[in-house]
This record gives sequence, C-alpha cells and structure tokens, in this order.
Amino acid sequence: MYRYDLTDKTLVNERVAQFRDQTRRFLAGDLSEDEFRHLRLRNGLYIQRHAPMLRVSIPYGLLSSTQLRALAQIARRYDRGYGHFTTRQNIQYNWPKLEAVPDILAELAEVEMHAIQTSGNCIRNITSDHLAGITPNELADPRPWCEIIRQWATFHPEFSYLPRKFKIAVTGAPQDRAASLVHDVGVHIVRGPEGDLGFEILAGGGLGRTPIIGQVVREFLPRQHLLSYLEAVLRVYNTEGRRDNLTKARIKILVRSLGLEEFKRRVEAEWELLRDGGPSIDDAQVARMLGSFNPPAYRTLADSKPDAGKSTAFRAWYRYNTAPHKVAGYRAVYVSLKKPGVAPGDATDTQMELLADLADRYSFGEIRVTHTQNLLLADVEQESTHELWQILEKAGLATPNIGTLTDIICCPGLDFCSLANAGSIDVARLINERFDDYDYLYDLGELEVKMSGCMNACGHHHVGHIGILGVDKSGEEWYQITIGGAAGADASLGMVIGPSVPKSEVPETIARLLEVYVEQRQPEERFLDTVRRLGVKPFKERVYAAPVAA
Amino acid sequence: MPRRLLRDRQIVADEWRYASEAAGDALAPLIVTVDAWRAERDRWIARGSRLGLAIAPAHKVESIAQDLQFFELVAAEFPGPADGRGYTQGRLLRERFDYKGELRATGYVHRDQLFFLARCGFNSFELSDADIEDAHAALLTFSAAYQPSNDMGLSFKLRREMPASA
Repeated sequence: MYRYDLTDKTLVNERVAQFRDQTRRFLAGDLSEDEFRHLRLRNGLYIQRHAPMLRVSIPYGLLSSTQLRALAQIARRYDRGYGHFTTRQNIQYNWPKLEAVPDILAELAEVEMHAIQTSGNCIRNITSDHLAGITPNELADPRPWCEIIRQWATFHPEFSYLPRKFKIAVTGAPQDRAASLVHDVGVHIVRGPEGDLGFEILAGGGLGRTPIIGQVVREFLPRQHLLSYLEAVLRVYNTEGRRDNLTKARIKILVRSLGLEEFKRRVEAEWELLRDGGPSIDDAQVARMLGSFNPPAYRTLADSKPDAGKSTAFRAWYRYNTAPHKVAGYRAVYVSLKKPGVAPGDATDTQMELLADLADRYSFGEIRVTHTQNLLLADVEQESTHELWQILEKAGLATPNIGTLTDIICCPGLDFCSLANAGSIDVARLINERFDDYDYLYDLGELEVKMSGCMNACGHHHVGHIGILGVDKSGEEWYQITIGGAAGADASLGMVIGPSVPKSEVPETIARLLEVYVEQRQPEERFLDTVRRLGVKPFKERVYAAPVAA
Repeated sequence: MPRRLLRDRQIVADEWRYASEAAGDALAPLIVTVDAWRAERDRWIARGSRLGLAIAPAHKVESIAQDLQFFELVAAEFPGPADGRGYTQGRLLRERFDYKGELRATGYVHRDQLFFLARCGFNSFELSDADIEDAHAALLTFSAAYQPSNDMGLSFKLRREMPASA
C-alpha cells in the first residue's frame, strides 16, 4: 500500500498543529461557534446529538494492520470502545470529547492517517472498489489513481470552499462496487481507441434530496490529463454552482440545469485552457505510484475446494462471505459487520485488534473497508479459510449474510445523528428478527436493503433494491419504502411503492414484497430484475391490500 | 486612522481608498467597483491616479481581463466563509491573465484562510485587528503542498508536482 513520504508526513503533522491551535482558540473564546464550525467541519468534526462525531479518513478503504490497531486504541481510549464504518469507507467515532480531538489526530498522524476533508464543502475521501487489485476481470487497479487524486485534492487551495461537498469514486472493473454512478464524479478506468488505458469520466450523480444518476461527460481521457480534467470540472463547478440554496448546490443540480451538453462544453472549454499548464502526470510518476500497489508476495498455489466435505455452516459462509481472487489458491474474505442485534457497520476495539492480527496472519497485514459497511481480508489462502472462519465465528464476525437481505446498509440514524428522523439501527434490528431463517435468505438470493434516517440519504436508500427512508410524521417515525434501486454499473433509482408505514410494519411490508417476488420470479432472476420486469404495481397491490395485523 | 493590511507578509498602512469611502486627496490611489468602472471608464482614466478594481464573486475574470492594464490592484470580495469563488478568480488572474499587480482579499478574510488565498495568488489581505498580528504565522502553517502553484511572495521548502517524489 502507499506509504507516506516526508511531504505527506509534514502536511499531516502541520494539520494536527493547526487544528490544535484552532481548538485552543475556540475553547479560549477567541473563535465564535460559527467561526469554529467552518474550521472543524474541514476536519471531520461534527457536533452531534450526544457528543462530537469525528470522521476519520480511510483513503479508498485500505488499512494496514498497524492502522487498524490505532483505530481500535482510539475507540478504547477516546470513545466507548467501538467505531462505525461508513458507506464512504471511512470510520466514525460517536463519543470523543472536543478537547481530545487534537490528541486523536496526533495519534492518527503517527500511523499515517488523518481526518482532513472528511466533512465540509470540499473534496472528500476518494473511494473505490473494495476488490481492487484482486478481482479477476479488472482492467487495472484503481488505487494508484485514487492516491494520485487524493494528494491532488488534499488542501487544494482553489477547491477548499466549494458550493457543497464533492465526492469522487474510482473503479477499474466492469462491476461497479463503489457506487460511482451516484457520486459527484465517477472515474472509470477504460481502454481507449488505441488500446491504451485512460478514463471515462462521469459527473452529476448523487443521492440526497434529489437523487440523480451520473452521466458520461468524457468517454476517454488519456491518463496524463486526469488531474487537469478534474481541475476543469471543479473550476466550472466552483464558479457556476449554486450557493444561494444548500439543497441545490451539488454539482448534479448544475449539470441538470445547464444540460449535459452545455456542461460538457464548459468543462471542455476550460480544460482546453488548462490542459497544458495544469497539473500533469508523467509516466515516471505513474510508475512510482503503481509501485506502491504492487501485489504482495503470493505463494504459488493451485485452486482448491476448501468447503468440500465441511460443515453446512462453513459451506454457507464460504459461499456468501468469500469472493474469487485473480491469483490461484487465494480467496477474498468478507468480515460481516452485520450481525443481528449489532448496528450495521459497527466494530468494537477488540474486534478491530483481532482483525489486525488476522490480517497479519492471513492476509499480508492489510484489511479493507467496503462501501457496504463490511470489512475484507483480501488475500487469504483458500486452504486457510476454514481456520479463519472458526476464529471469525467466535468473534461474531462470520454472519454468513454478505449480499443478502440482512447485509443492510444503514446510517447511524436518530440514535446518533442530529439530522435523522428515524432510528435506522432499530429498524435493522426488527428486520433481522423477522428474517432469521437463512434458508429463506439464501433462497431470496442477492438483495440489497439500504436504509437512511433522513433525506440526506447517507444509507443510500435510493439505490437499494429495497430502500427504506425514515420520515417524520408529527413526531413519529414512519418509513417510506422504494423498490428497484441499484448502485452498480446498471444503477437506477428506486420507485416509491406508496404511503409510508409505521416502524412496526416495516418487516411485514418487506415480507409482502418478497412474497410477490418469490411467486413471480423467473429462474435465476434477482429481486431487482423481477421489479424491473413487472414494475411497482403488483408489489404495491400486495403491500396495501390488507392492513397489517397489530 | 488608515486601514492596516497584511501585504507581501508585512503589516502596512493602506494607501488605497475605496470610491465609496470619504473623499481625501484627489490623486490618492482609488479602488472602484466594476459597475462604476464600466459606467465611467473614461472619467476614471482621466483622473490620473493609480486605480484599483473591486470585483464581486459573481464577476467573471474573463470579462475584466482586457482592462487589467489600467489597474495596479484588484480586490476580490469574500462575502462569507462559504463562498470560494474568489479563489478561482485569484488563480485565473495570476495564471491565465498574467496579472502582476496587488491582489487583495476583502470581506470575510481570516487567518485560517490565508494559506489557501496565498496559494491562489493573493498577496494582500484586509484582516481584523484580532487576526492581523498572527496572520504572518498563519501563512506559514504548512511548509509543503501537493499542488504546484505560482503564489507570490511565499516559497515552500517542499513543493511537488503530482504525485510525490519519494
């Protein structure tokens, strides 16, 4: 993985000193609440319902075991013994004390981590495919490009006060596991007309109040121009984006109001003026960065069937919680953070320390965060998976539900967030209680349930096969259900099935949607595809046909 | 008492006045708004004094570029902590239109923004008394940067093109 050089270290250490001074000035009364808010929000620090919330950046979701141990230690020392992994591959702490944040940042800096630009109207963490570098059909590893963009975006002097936040995702495989179509900018590694690698650039995607699927603004960009082109996109946005209305300030609204063609024209015009004088990337620089992501020292192994003859429980886990690896004899292993009864995405300090040890023992000392709020040991020898499973199982980290109904993406909700209308974590609990039959879950197949506690859509409900949105009805928690959303390469926005339902009826509503699917599906058809084929009508009719028994 | 400024890393008394401020010496350097400039361009030129131009965030730098020869100062306004259009204006003036005069940040300008402003080409800052004494230190918050820039009057120990040389 990429290791800090002197410049990286210097910048992060100087940031700690800067934030320490800003915090000191605030606590001394030299900075007003409002002045400090603008400063702390550039550093991942929100003031939430119970306490400050600190979001720590995990660039493209990649962690070393040393970094994970540091995150565990911070959870224990400054929080209540756990952290929450997010849909943008970051980690959040919900209980740090404001005065302690500079010390937390200093501890992070020791392990080459920071909270820079994890909030505020600036370029946020660059996210990517959690199977980057190991998935069999990848065109190229996106992470070197993520790191190049990360450095360019860090403290970018021109783009640190944008109209609104700006999220970039980069992928290198045909499957989109980074939800890049609902990002402000999506960068896809593609082959150009001459067969050389470059990028397809999308812009204007996003969720929130106005969900929009991103559109292609450039079909092929030669790789040396990546940063100058991004600079052109950002400059058009910084200049033209709306600043009079926060809910209309994302780039998606600009793209829509100008129209795709006019937006493209402006970006291209700006880029023509920038491309030769702007930041460029030469081959030597690319080579150096690629070298930071060289594959680990894989052993020469043959593929095997480690699940053959093993217990049903292991076979289920192997089938659902592991993924193919491009190197023979290896497998990627998901660590499910979706155990029933636990808030989706949460991990305790001891779990994190255990996983750091397991990463050292089984996966070259690295661990990844997925955008679906699970963790991943990317490079495990197939023959070690049974042993690893036994350890994960004991630690409550082997719930065999990856990609199924109970692998729910969920925001922190009312329990922590001051914006939420709904206790999304509690709804996840109700769903888990209702759907506890794994045979049924497996029969349902691939199913993405995504839940957000409010319109800000941190839980990506718009792009869930089943989406659940918390709404406030005169002080009570109600839930609006959508179906047919998807976040991958075939991204689509879910359609509302009808009036929202009270919390207690969410599980029954989902059960009825699934009944229709089971009755109507064609062989091998996913829930999503049945919805696309049939439309909302039959699902809606079933859900609202009879009142839910109390 | 004249306004104090941080200019080229020195705290100095401002010799400029805005056209909206009380009249003083008829030949004192004067900052006019874009509207005033466009309305009475010939009159301002005939005045024979040094001229500065005050631009608002919505002004396109391209639209004033052909007149830059008349100005020794451009003052970009930052109406609040959320409006970052001035950063783009600064870079365009310096990099695309080769503007060499004083580039001043006005309005909501605090020590915590100075580093970014300087890297976008600003070399003078209207700061509150509370901020001005510490402002020079704020310019030195970071001794390295990832982006190449042609900021004036600042030199970095480390500066690199993307990505880093190790």
